[in-house]
Amino acid sequence: MFETGSDFTAIAKSFENSGGDASALLDKRFGAMVVSHNRVLYSNGVPGLRMESEEIPTGIKARIFVEPGAEIRNPVHLCFGVLPKEGLQEILSEFDIGEGAKVRFVAHCTFPNAERVRHVMDAKIRVGRGAEMDYTETHYHGPEGGVEVLPVARIQVEEGGVYRSQFKLIEGAAGVVKLDYQADLDREAVCELDAKIYGKRNDQIVINESLHLNGEGARGLAKSRIVASDHCVSEVIGEAVGNAAGARGHIDCVEILKGPHARASAVPKLVVVDERAKLTHEAAIGSVDKKQVETLMARGLSEDEAVDVVVKGMLR
Amino acid sequence: MLKLSGVSLFAGGKPILRDVNLEVADGEIHSILGANGTGKSTLASVIMGLSGYRPTSGRIYFQEEDITDLSITERARRGITLAWQEPARFEGLTVAEYLKTAQKQAGNGWLSPRECLSKVGLVPEKYLARAVDATLSGGERRRIELASVLAMRPKLVLLDEPDSGIDALSIECIVDVIRTIARSGGSVLLITHHEEVAAMADRASSLCGGTVLKTGDPGQIARFFRNHCQECMHVNAPLSTELSRV
Repeated sequence: MFETGSDFTAIAKSFENSGGDASALLDKRFGAMVVSHNRVLYSNGVPGLRMESEEIPTGIKARIFVEPGAEIRNPVHLCFGVLPKEGLQEILSEFDIGEGAKVRFVAHCTFPNAERVRHVMDAKIRVGRGAEMDYTETHYHGPEGGVEVLPVARIQVEEGGVYRSQFKLIEGAAGVVKLDYQADLDREAVCELDAKIYGKRNDQIVINESLHLNGEGARGLAKSRIVASDHCVSEVIGEAVGNAAGARGHIDCVEILKGPHARASAVPKLVVVDERAKLTHEAAIGSVDKKQVETLMARGLSEDEAVDVVVKGMLR
Repeated sequence: MLKLSGVSLFAGGKPILRDVNLEVADGEIHSILGANGTGKSTLASVIMGLSGYRPTSGRIYFQEEDITDLSITERARRGITLAWQEPARFEGLTVAEYLKTAQKQAGNGWLSPRECLSKVGLVPEKYLARAVDATLSGGERRRIELASVLAMRPKLVLLDEPDSGIDALSIECIVDVIRTIARSGGSVLLITHHEEVAAMADRASSLCGGTVLKTGDPGQIARFFRNHCQECMHVNAPLSTELSRV
């Protein structure tokens, strides 16, 4: 039995504030897990999806299995939150997506009152042969920015498998965000990593994404869209390693600086081991494109409104 | 509606516009003909007030108000807008949102975003939810730019070569958009290479070397352009003999 008391209500409310439909959390047709600090408040599997969890002093261990060939029709909701001002939450997870299975996870991480919260995610992900996994993680932070978000993921995509992830932190102050994702791709596997973060105040953002294209015809994309305002410092390190014939990798980074004190850097690293692999990168760092802003101003928006439209569109 | 009085612009010590005097009346379609590099796009940028295009000398008046020192936004809110020859692209911004942004200036009782798209020959259902980004072809993006200026119900629209790289079918759309704006009382300053598009104007001016050589009937200016300007090799510096013949 799971408790659906005040913590659940508070997390559900934050989930709704970040654009989710809280009614889906208790709908038995949806796979879901709701975790407050180190307590699993609710967990529901659906046919083809099994979720196991274990509470540990600093967080939880979770094992999520999708049976071979299973197609999970509804998105699986994962809600993680820390409601007090201070605390450490570690989510140690394993995802095992069976051969030919299809599943979409929608994760919401909420820290509405954080002043000193540390949120650690350590995920091991296996996407089986011909399987597809989508993972969208949206963060909802309070205005103080007192959160450290430290997600680490080691992803293995087997032959013909597809893994797509999107990390979004737009609302509230980011705090300290250090993403560390590494994907290993087998033959004809596909991996798309997408990160969108709006940094404010004294936020520190480090994105470290690495694509190892080990199998013939493997394809990977690491895409980052960062807006750094106020005194925010942002660094994006994108790596692609072409280890096989026909492998294709692309690193795509755009960082927009708002104001004279923000700082941004981009470090693309392309390593071609097999000469038949092809790797590319593009990076743009600077203020908002003048032509975009002037186009919107010529439609009647003020300069600030125009910048806002450009930035919000890019982070969508 | 619009009056440029002795407008000059120097960039890097070089004259780009030289003593431009030009008037566009209420509801008038006025085309600007000129070869590449003669200052046509610069002229549009100066009128719109884009950064880096402030006149070195001269004044710009709109509805008898001196707008020379106004910002782009202030000009737009008075009813002036510009359709770029190579329009900007916006990641994540949908066509519907882009058109609604422009439509806020139009007030009630004007064309909806759907109607604006139809006017430029695009099926609304196919385009409203798409992003105004690199997935659009050049032709699609230019049509959406036209729909955007139309949605604004402008009093003065500056169209910078809207027919560039566009097929005959699309030229019909451009003509329709221009007529719609003119019927609503708006004026159009139409920069073009196409004589057939320029021919729909009420008046035309020929620009060479950053200065207006001649203003008059579109047919007359088109002939002048054909006979004097298209082979012109003195971009940005018309021969004094050429000027004296005008």
